[in-house]
Amino acid sequence: MSTTSPENSGGRWGALPILGMKAGKLTATIAVTFFGLLVVTFLIGRVVPVDPVLAVVGDRASKSTYDAAYLALGLDKPLYHQFWIYLKNALSGDLGVSVLTKKPIIEDIARVFPATLELATAGILLGTITGVPLGVWGAVRQGKLADQVIRVVGLVGYSAPIFWLGLLGLLVFYAKLGWVAGPGRIDIAYEYSVTQVTGLLLIDTAMQGNWAAFVNVLAHLALPATLLGYFSMAYISRMTRSFMLAELAQEYVTTARVKGVAEWRIIWLHALRNAAVPLVTVIALSYAGLLEGSVLTETVFAWPGLGQYLTNSLQNADMNAVLGGTLVIGIIFVGLNLLSDLLYTVLDPRVRRRT
Amino acid sequence: MSYITKQIAAAFMASAIGLASVPVQAQTPPDTLIQAWQIDDVISLDPAEVFEFTASEVLGNSYQPLVGYDVKDVSDIFGVIAESWEVSEDGKTFTFTIKPGLQFASGNPITAADPVFSLQRAVKLDKSPAFILTQFGLNAENVDQMVRQTGDMTMELEMDKAYAPTLLLYCLTATVGFVVDKELVMSHEADGDFGYEWLKTNYAGSGAFTIRDWRANEVIVLERNENFSGDASPMARAIYRHIPEGSTQRLLLEKGDIDIARNLGAEEIIALADNADIKIEDGIKGSIYYMGLNQKNENLMKPEVREAMKYLVDYATIADTIMKGKVKVHQAFLPEGFLGALNDNPYALNVEKAKELLAAADLPDGFTVTMDTRNTPEITAMAEAIQQTMADAGIKMELIPGDGQQTLTKYRARNHDIYIGRWGPDYQDPHTNADTFARNPDNGDDAASKPLAWRNAWDIPEMTKQADAAVLEKDAKARADMYIALQQEHQKVSPFVIMFQEIEVLGIRKDVNGFIIGPSFNDNSFRQVTKSE
Repeated sequence: MSTTSPENSGGRWGALPILGMKAGKLTATIAVTFFGLLVVTFLIGRVVPVDPVLAVVGDRASKSTYDAAYLALGLDKPLYHQFWIYLKNALSGDLGVSVLTKKPIIEDIARVFPATLELATAGILLGTITGVPLGVWGAVRQGKLADQVIRVVGLVGYSAPIFWLGLLGLLVFYAKLGWVAGPGRIDIAYEYSVTQVTGLLLIDTAMQGNWAAFVNVLAHLALPATLLGYFSMAYISRMTRSFMLAELAQEYVTTARVKGVAEWRIIWLHALRNAAVPLVTVIALSYAGLLEGSVLTETVFAWPGLGQYLTNSLQNADMNAVLGGTLVIGIIFVGLNLLSDLLYTVLDPRVRRRT
Repeated sequence: MSYITKQIAAAFMASAIGLASVPVQAQTPPDTLIQAWQIDDVISLDPAEVFEFTASEVLGNSYQPLVGYDVKDVSDIFGVIAESWEVSEDGKTFTFTIKPGLQFASGNPITAADPVFSLQRAVKLDKSPAFILTQFGLNAENVDQMVRQTGDMTMELEMDKAYAPTLLLYCLTATVGFVVDKELVMSHEADGDFGYEWLKTNYAGSGAFTIRDWRANEVIVLERNENFSGDASPMARAIYRHIPEGSTQRLLLEKGDIDIARNLGAEEIIALADNADIKIEDGIKGSIYYMGLNQKNENLMKPEVREAMKYLVDYATIADTIMKGKVKVHQAFLPEGFLGALNDNPYALNVEKAKELLAAADLPDGFTVTMDTRNTPEITAMAEAIQQTMADAGIKMELIPGDGQQTLTKYRARNHDIYIGRWGPDYQDPHTNADTFARNPDNGDDAASKPLAWRNAWDIPEMTKQADAAVLEKDAKARADMYIALQQEHQKVSPFVIMFQEIEVLGIRKDVNGFIIGPSFNDNSFRQVTKSE
């Protein structure tokens, strides 16, 4: 005998079709996004006026060498056939082999992505930790000196070329003051004392209790992460300020003040909580932008990440690598969008109720 | 101070203290040589495939050829793995005797089977540099007969013609001729690939260093070969770090985090000149900067226009300012240091003379033309300077920027007007550049061979015959004279405006000594590098 009442049971079962539809819709959206990504990047790769065989055999190979590489790349087949092969392989997790590194794309991306992930995560954490309070402060002190200073600092972050700021940072904090380590992820002296497990050197060194290497990794990470954090901070503080201004003008804030609620409670517990909903999207998109690989930052700091890998692949017409990298970026964007949607339900009771 | 102000101030203080307290190391270990270089051109470590600058240098320090040459006097050719060699009377067969007692880093002894296998393997794999060997008439079908082992320590190499003896010897000094450890490589063979899949990321040589690790676009680590037959290197390790930016390399060098910076720009070189901790060393390389004028263009095909353009480059200013210290003016297709190199530079900027020539070509008001320009800082700066001096004679030159593969694709399809580029010799013999600048056996659009003369649609049956005759001349003096005559003619009539020869410039910490800059990258050696206290 069932202990569940027919009414309750019917309610739960009744919600299932809705959840099923939502899951189906989500899967379809993701599938269409990936398919679109594959088609566009594949076509771009084929229409650029670059001979992909040159990337494999170079400029001076004999005709027989050239012809063999042409066949090996499948370029003798019709375009739709090439795409069909690529699609089939991609679905089975095989993104092909890089013509530059001669390694599977998946292996290459697994090698370079942790470097970008570590840098971007440190950058977004710094950007959020500083950007949100500064944005709140700017909104609270609207029009006052503090607000003006924050806006100018944000404007510099927005407009100064990251390449120039990176070099300037290296000159001051590395070359002159010696506060941070130079370009690269770790000093050669420590390089072979760390076994890479996750590829995230901070985590790997900590897991292995190699604290000297941990400090060295931190010293290398400090400057590029601060720089990326500064750029994220500029955007996040600006958006936070704008969201907070809108919230602070709401009637519930006036009501709370009239009731004598402490100002810090109104700002941090009431207004910021409401501003946090759109802010999650802002932070998620900033994070996704950093995870794409900040090409210039990675170049200046000799950071062997996804941005540098993709740029190099693009310049050398290594289309398998470009397609694979683009796909990974697509997955990151879709994933972070999903995550921010999930966070909405946590932060906003109205969304929860609708769900 | 409000609550929020206090919170933020505290956060900033904590960050600042955190940053300042991080200890930073800035000295390279005394037994390790660390170089910063743009190493993203490395695509393989297999001698049968390597053709790029960085990998050539890595292999030059970790593998050995049958024969080598003195980098200060390249006419002095000596045995490395070969003890001696003889040429047959008909000039078509070389017999090499292998030095006894040599071994690979693996501990396997070197016998004649290893160089025979290495050459056969390179021909059969048919990768990019294979043409250096196949030009002697070798192919996958006949190489087992043409390159043969005749004893434990002897081998023969037979060619289809009696080429100048130095041509084969110089070709064997190229990376494609480096000797690999047959036993080790074949132990990793899969599906009849001669160990290719394994060797492209591994090591099987006998040079002064072994290759321990290569991470693409990141680092290459070499370690001293304890089984090396020559004097052991003072350095236990040599490391290349991928640092693409010249300005970043400069900071690392000044700080002492690297020993040698390899990609310094003209500005960095000037800035480092006053630093007492750094020395600047340079060496002439074989690469040449040139402009190729497509003979399918109705204006550029006129002889007067071709000559006029040679008067419209301000060679001295570009060499002295834009490329300061990184090139020297050189106007013939054989670089200085090669047998038969012509070192006359008859052209200088002369706008009036160029105008006269343009008038003689019925183009007194000039014409409009495009130039495909690779978007590297140096090529772009040169192209912009040339654009200005061309304009002085009424030639409106539009620059079309593009990345390397893009401009090259267009160039190889003969769809350009003018192409500005750089050409490096493939080996030390003069035929390498004569073969591309002064030979064009078939000018048809579907020609099998696409030398630079073909790419610029320059049909030269007579000059091709002269170049073919020079490569068969056995007497070195007579051969040199043939190349000089060829270059003099070429300099006057060719659609190539040859402008500069490259100089490699290195920034080196003052305590680092003994780095040898050779004419090609596989000649660059750090085998004898030492660090003084």
